Amino acid sequence: MSAVAIHEVEHDEPVTGIHHRKLAIWTFIGSECLFFASLISVYLVYKGKSLTGPFPKDIFEIPLVTAGTAILLFSSFFVVLALDALRRNDQTKAKIWLGLTVLCGIFFAGMQVYEFQHFVHKGLTMQGNLFGASFYTLTGFHGTHVALGTLWLGTIFIQMLRGEMSPKNAINLETAALYWHFVDVVWIVIFPVVYLMN
Amino acid sequence: MATSVIGQTDIAAPAHAASKTGLWSWLTTVDHKRIGILYGASAFIFFLWGGIEALLIRIQLARPENNFLTPDQYNQLFTMHGTTMIFLAVMPLSAMYFNFFVPLQIGARDVVFPRLNAFSFWVFLLGGLFLNSSFLMGAAPNGGWFGYANLSSRQYSPGLNMDFWVLGLQILGIASLAAGVNFFVTILNMRAPGMKLMRMPMFTWATFITQLLVLLSFPVITVALFMLTFDRFVGTSFFSVAGGGDPMLWQHLFWVFGHPEVYILILPSFGIVSEILPVFSRKPLFGYAAMVFATAFIAFLGFGVWSHHMFSTGMGPLADSFFSLATMLIAIPTGVKIFNWIGTMAGGSLQFKTPMLFAIGFVAMFIFGGLSGVMHSSPPADLQQTDSYFVVAHFHYVLFGGSIFALTAGAYYWWPKMFGKMLNETLGKVHFWLMLLSFNITFFPMHLVGLNGQPRRTYWYPKGLGFDLLNLIETIGSLALAVSILVFGVNIIKTWLEDQPEPPADPWGGATLEWTIPSPPDEWNFAKVPQVIARDDVWEKKRLEGAAWTPEGRTDGKGIHLPNPSYWPLVCAIGLTLTFVGLMLSRGPVGPWGIVAGMSLTVLSIFKWAFEPAH
Amino acid sequence: MADTAALAGHDDHAHGTSHTRTYVQIGVILAVLTALEVFAYEASHNPGTYGALSGLIAPVFVPLLLVLSVAKFALVGLYYMHLKDDSNLLSWVFIFSLVIALVVVLGLMVLTGYLYNHGMPPLVR
Repeated sequence: MSAVAIHEVEHDEPVTGIHHRKLAIWTFIGSECLFFASLISVYLVYKGKSLTGPFPKDIFEIPLVTAGTAILLFSSFFVVLALDALRRNDQTKAKIWLGLTVLCGIFFAGMQVYEFQHFVHKGLTMQGNLFGASFYTLTGFHGTHVALGTLWLGTIFIQMLRGEMSPKNAINLETAALYWHFVDVVWIVIFPVVYLMN
Repeated sequence: MATSVIGQTDIAAPAHAASKTGLWSWLTTVDHKRIGILYGASAFIFFLWGGIEALLIRIQLARPENNFLTPDQYNQLFTMHGTTMIFLAVMPLSAMYFNFFVPLQIGARDVVFPRLNAFSFWVFLLGGLFLNSSFLMGAAPNGGWFGYANLSSRQYSPGLNMDFWVLGLQILGIASLAAGVNFFVTILNMRAPGMKLMRMPMFTWATFITQLLVLLSFPVITVALFMLTFDRFVGTSFFSVAGGGDPMLWQHLFWVFGHPEVYILILPSFGIVSEILPVFSRKPLFGYAAMVFATAFIAFLGFGVWSHHMFSTGMGPLADSFFSLATMLIAIPTGVKIFNWIGTMAGGSLQFKTPMLFAIGFVAMFIFGGLSGVMHSSPPADLQQTDSYFVVAHFHYVLFGGSIFALTAGAYYWWPKMFGKMLNETLGKVHFWLMLLSFNITFFPMHLVGLNGQPRRTYWYPKGLGFDLLNLIETIGSLALAVSILVFGVNIIKTWLEDQPEPPADPWGGATLEWTIPSPPDEWNFAKVPQVIARDDVWEKKRLEGAAWTPEGRTDGKGIHLPNPSYWPLVCAIGLTLTFVGLMLSRGPVGPWGIVAGMSLTVLSIFKWAFEPAH
Repeated sequence: MADTAALAGHDDHAHGTSHTRTYVQIGVILAVLTALEVFAYEASHNPGTYGALSGLIAPVFVPLLLVLSVAKFALVGLYYMHLKDDSNLLSWVFIFSLVIALVVVLGLMVLTGYLYNHGMPPLVR
């Protein structure tokens, strides 16, 4: 056996001081930046290149999407309050804020579905032109991320209702919340780039 | 006495009567060492299959105006040869080493997310099987490994071939991304005390930077593949000119991924060679810090050179110049590495064992491949070279002479640690010399026929163009290459069957932590968490303690808690693959049900996995 | 333990309320910035209603939107995602990814001629 002095170390301690799951979700977020960058690039590259209509100005309804943007921003606000409350073991507040977050997620997803149906009704389809293809692909993938995030947060909400969430496992909410904030941040880019700049 | 390493969630863990042998133990393993072996075995079989595809290609090209293969068969073979070798051979062979050795080299008991690790393997295996199942339908992908639009569209590729390709690659991408997150976090967070970043072995550094490349490049091809999927399945016009789309966009997206991908293929090999040369030169790596920074620089620059694959597409002089300069620039850190490898050997006490032979062979062959690569960096020169056999020569020198030689070096080097047996040294030398000779006979002439005008990806060439003799020589070389691999196979089987005393922990005089534990390691790797005091820690400790230094012996592992095995990673992988199978068949009635079933299984297994105790 | 390490920057047990205040403040700023974005859009697209203001905003509309969205992005990242208080490693992971993402977006835009025709619909020109 090696004669060098050995003292036992708690090997579960993450070397960077960042919890494993937190570092993992940030790493995943980094990867997702490239995913959405590619989708946004495609949208931008094909902007103005559609051979036929309908075109953005014929389709977009700014009030609706502004409401959606506001809902998503609120949801980021709510989830950060939920995490804060959970860390203080304020179960009541945590449930309220997280519940509101999930509601916002459901509303946003609902708004997207409504928006898509409405646009299809107005004649914008995936197959119809490049605007349709790139718009639905970009916002559709974003919406899918919202849906998955809502499912994730909703699961944690149910755990909270069952009394299974505490400051000890708040990392699970923190991880989900980081993902959720990222989804919001992507929309912060999509909203002006897609809807406002046309 | 080792104190136990207990996670927070192990209290309720049921007492698994987890058997250590048998099929079920392999299907539910979360042990990084077993997962590494699974990757290696699967990848080696895919490698052999990819080799057979190559031999069939070479038989067709052995003579002019040959009719051994039809054009369509030929297209399937060269497409699948490329796809197989890149995604199903080189990458997972590298993954075998990431898995087995990175936790050992950093002094950890496993990766940070063992079940995610298993999940990556099963998704890779199922993806590889999905892709190759296309042969059973006579419809293997046939649009080139890079699937250029708009050949890849439904209009010009109406069969199932490119559906298999676009969906199969998507599955494989999921495996790679999951592993990317896993190893990135593992290397940052699971290092033993004293293992500072600048004390890590070069192989671990190479793995770390490779995973960064995976994380940032795979999402781009994911998007491109989704767009092609929508074009083929939904009728969008992302790459269809009639609908306003631009086929060039595919090339851009593909190569933004594709160029980092080739660094993903070679960096692990750089790491392996940087491990082996010092050990067999009895000298530390020359210029460790420069090697680390050169690797990082290559990775970063690798995102800025992609259009050097597109010099013949008419991008204009400004774009051409930019990418040409960037490509030439990237040759500098690569050159630094080559000089540092040579500097490592210079003045060293060289031990010409098989791992060292392959490592030196790597350096030599990679120099060739790098030189032809730099020749491509000049757009006017590349206009002559692109789409000719000159390029085929280049990338086989870097991928076979480079990656495969290095991966083989790693096999001979690390075999005792992985399997508790030493590969036969004589057969190893026969393998090396035969492979070196036959490799050059196969691929060197391709430089010549390429510059003389033989195009890539064509199943047939007419008599009288002057290609005949060299093509025949290349084919003979490829058959000899196959024999050299057979020698390797014989070595493996012979070693497996024969009785050998267990090799020492450190048969080569290594410098890194994997050589401080038995061969093969106990399941828990280290009885005591290592305390690292220097780069090349083992050499430093040997220097300080002299004869008093000994590696760890076997222990009973009492008090060491390991993650439980689990079948949810496999089930989740099956669910995912089922979803894609459903997509494949979505033109018919069964498909949509497959998608629903697959997605349900995936979601269910994720929930079960999330709520299963990890330790 | 890892959790306390993560909590260390927050001092929650002593100052729970002060964090809420910060979050509310940031929330208000985000709402204001969003309102500004929409207002800029309305102003630059309705010269009839906004007159001179429209003429002022319209030429800088795109840069203005970019600045506003970068500001919102940064605020959510720094305060809601706690990058300001957390280890720098996380910021570097994020920033490095964003840099590569920017290289990809800009590279694709330049190489496909987006910047040459300003994304205008071909029929309009």
